[in-house]
Amino acid sequence: MMNNRVNKIAAAVLALSVSSVWAEEATSPAKTSGEQEAMPGMDHGAMDHGSMPGMKQGSRSGTTQGSGKAGDMSNMNHGDGGMDSGSMSMQGGSAPPDARDPQAYSGGYDFGPIPRPRMGDVDKFGSLLIDRLESVRTRDNSSTVYDLQARFGRDYDRAVLKAEGDVASGKLQDARTELLWGHAVATFWDTQLGVRYDSGVGPGRGWLAFGIQGLAPYWFNVDATAYAGEQGRSAFRFAAEYELLLTQKLILQPRVEANFYGKRDAAHALGSGLSDLAAGVRLRYEIRREFAPYIGVERAAKFGGTADYARAAGEDTKVTRFVAGVRFWY
Amino acid sequence: MKPHSRSRLILPDLPRRQFLQGLAAGGVMLGLGPLITPAWAREADGTAIGTAKVLTGTEFDLTIAETPINFTGTPRMATSINGSIPAPTLRWREGDTVTLRVTNRLAEDTSIHWHGILLPFQMDGVPGISFKGIPPGETFTYRFKVVQTGTYWYHSHSGMQEQTGMYGAIIIDPADADPIRADRDYVVQLSDWTDEDPVRVFDKLKMQSDYYNFNQPTAVDFFRDVANEGFSAAISKRKMWNQMRMNPTDLADISAYTYTYLMNGTTPAGNWTGLFRPGEKVRLRFINGAAMTFFDVRIPGLKMTVIQADGQNIEPVTVDEIRIGVAETYDVLVTPGDEAYTIFAQSMDRTGFSRGTLAPRAGMTAAVPAPDKPEPLTMGDMMGDMGGGAAMDHAGMESMDHGSMAGMAGMNHGGMAMDHGAHAMGGGMAMGGPVRVRHAKSEYGPSTDMRVDTPRTNLDDPGIGLRNNGRRVLTYADLHTIGGPIDPRGPEREIELHLTGNMERYTWSLDGLEFGKSTPVHFRYGERLRVILVNDTMMTHPMHMHGMWSELESPDGRFQVRKHVINVQPAQRVTSLVTADALGRWAWHCHLFLHMHAGMFREIVVA
Ligand SMILES: [Cu+2]
Repeated sequence: MMNNRVNKIAAAVLALSVSSVWAEEATSPAKTSGEQEAMPGMDHGAMDHGSMPGMKQGSRSGTTQGSGKAGDMSNMNHGDGGMDSGSMSMQGGSAPPDARDPQAYSGGYDFGPIPRPRMGDVDKFGSLLIDRLESVRTRDNSSTVYDLQARFGRDYDRAVLKAEGDVASGKLQDARTELLWGHAVATFWDTQLGVRYDSGVGPGRGWLAFGIQGLAPYWFNVDATAYAGEQGRSAFRFAAEYELLLTQKLILQPRVEANFYGKRDAAHALGSGLSDLAAGVRLRYEIRREFAPYIGVERAAKFGGTADYARAAGEDTKVTRFVAGVRFWY
Repeated sequence: MKPHSRSRLILPDLPRRQFLQGLAAGGVMLGLGPLITPAWAREADGTAIGTAKVLTGTEFDLTIAETPINFTGTPRMATSINGSIPAPTLRWREGDTVTLRVTNRLAEDTSIHWHGILLPFQMDGVPGISFKGIPPGETFTYRFKVVQTGTYWYHSHSGMQEQTGMYGAIIIDPADADPIRADRDYVVQLSDWTDEDPVRVFDKLKMQSDYYNFNQPTAVDFFRDVANEGFSAAISKRKMWNQMRMNPTDLADISAYTYTYLMNGTTPAGNWTGLFRPGEKVRLRFINGAAMTFFDVRIPGLKMTVIQADGQNIEPVTVDEIRIGVAETYDVLVTPGDEAYTIFAQSMDRTGFSRGTLAPRAGMTAAVPAPDKPEPLTMGDMMGDMGGGAAMDHAGMESMDHGSMAGMAGMNHGGMAMDHGAHAMGGGMAMGGPVRVRHAKSEYGPSTDMRVDTPRTNLDDPGIGLRNNGRRVLTYADLHTIGGPIDPRGPEREIELHLTGNMERYTWSLDGLEFGKSTPVHFRYGERLRVILVNDTMMTHPMHMHGMWSELESPDGRFQVRKHVINVQPAQRVTSLVTADALGRWAWHCHLFLHMHAGMFREIVVA
């Protein structure tokens, strides 16, 4: 489905960015493994744990360092930095064989004759987050970018709509719209399965999508999705954000996004492999939690065949973008 | 997963919001005389607030309706009983049979639950568990014999009505003379009010669970720590929290950002006042009728002698300060001199307070203290007993072999007493023997964000924010019900439940299962049970079992105190004995309103 090179790059990026997820998930019981193995680019074999800095399986073995007085946390020494999965013992993991059956106390009793109370855990919630609605200026261009995510459903299962695109000279340029089914698989992680449609300049492209979204240790928001399209096309997208509170309302948000394609797509001026990478930082002020204007700067680059296409069209392969926009949700 | 979560690089302690909420606007008392507490303050637009009317006798008519209220300067609709917030105080007498006709004038179902009252389950008032609820326009008649004495309260168990004003006090006088003598007797009911729709508040927490927390760790704190303590110390202080994606300032889900804290339905600016004559002995019946707020109560200049907890007389204990969990009640005696005193009840997260005055003459006030600084949670609040006394039973050791204790990397496991019998009991642990924590299978999925393998069991910790504050703070270790347990039998059976949640998703559950995924818990009629609650979260949960008393045990298994609500602190294991003497179906839940609503709730079947 996906050529080897992409597979490797995807695996490497994933491994670097979500290796901690993996550490968490790898020990999960079979409940999720089916879905995970199905994820292109994420097959376990392709991930070389040994070569990943900080991701030492050995660190899970409970070796302890330091001799701080017990209880005196200032002496806590986690020793092996990086993705030390130490804390995972208190989160996630798989149930030991002697774990309690939580239903065992029922003694066979069910609820009474009256309809049982309906609590908030079976309610559906809807929300819409416009993460970025921004005006983008480069040296010789300006456009408007939107990036939104809407959710509807219950706590552990819900529909997710993701859309990102840019409008320049009144015309939709590149737009990616995804409709996914999100399913919670771990404390901080949802898998997402669905479809993606690309529109804008060039012919439309449909894809099947499978990815994960969640929160890595140290509060990294991670969104990684692999796609399979018609005619053997494949793609992979990775985005990560971090929110650093400068004050209670002033928040600095570094963000990176990368896209990979399995094969050349001349109609969209895409080469195979890593096609583009953007890294930026946005500074926002939350007037309310739900409404925050921001400014930022981003450096974006095109690579490989995609860069060749850009050069042939007389475009720069590396640009600096200044952005100003607003983030809001309901 | 929610699409956005924020970093907490750092530990807090920075400038926080000013505590103006409720002080800024005292809209409720407009038009009244200055700072008096009349028996019956009536607001211009129709809803009574202040000291509630007292209804006595055996027949009561209560009407539930939407009425206008104004606590903040913005008019809102509240859910009231007989047009009053709090609802009328019901004064019953032990041994009487009371009849309460409750009429629903709302557009939705309603109910009244008589909190802490022993009664037939059909009269308990929990829709879907013990009765069908009261539909709009209908009257439901509650009738039961009053078999206990003390201070209790009542509230709605339907929808969001409790959060919007539907709560009131119950005082039950003994059939014979009250052993407690006082010259004055005041109910002091604490609560929280939001102008927001509580449904919307819940939605916001689902979207961003730290929405109301403006005391978050910031980069500024971090760099200050680096400057003061060095880089590696500053990093290690934060590392565990950030790895775990937990927040050390997660002290309350909802803060004064939206809440106005009330005392007897009166804002701090309104200043509810209780009058006394100098030298009199004043009994204050503190009731926490809040939806989501723990209050720390003190009266600067006065010692409080605690004489009752959850309606049950206890051996008197004199303290400076009491943490009152949601739905708990404490009666205290004070003997004020010829001056005014502030009754100061700050919220556990220190974002605000409710306040009133005890005064010999109307119009007097005393200084209002500034709220304390919020204290971040400690590692112990996440991991429990980390001391050398951690009870490592066999199971614990096994899991350690598997690396499941690696989270405590850096703790010197080698130094822990691993032998089962006689390890030195440090801080958290008494002589009760090793604690075997048994997590449920369902605690290993997406519904939980932490598990505590070595909980502490001590009852002498006043809790976060009250440790070593220089004041004598009441703890559960101080409480001893007069007369001992109601049932001399030891437990025949144990039921262990874990209090669980996923803060990031804002889901709350027991054993990792929300109510919708649960089955009832069966108590065999007549049996004596040990109920073990282990808190696998970083918040204190006030656990309320309907219909039956919970007889709290000390860590070494001795009878401590009889209660209807038991606060279980973060990473704490608490046990109580229950006699299953009440046939029927009962609710059992966390009394933090939104925790219950989110699913921290079970049904009990006694059969
Ligand atoms: Cu709770």
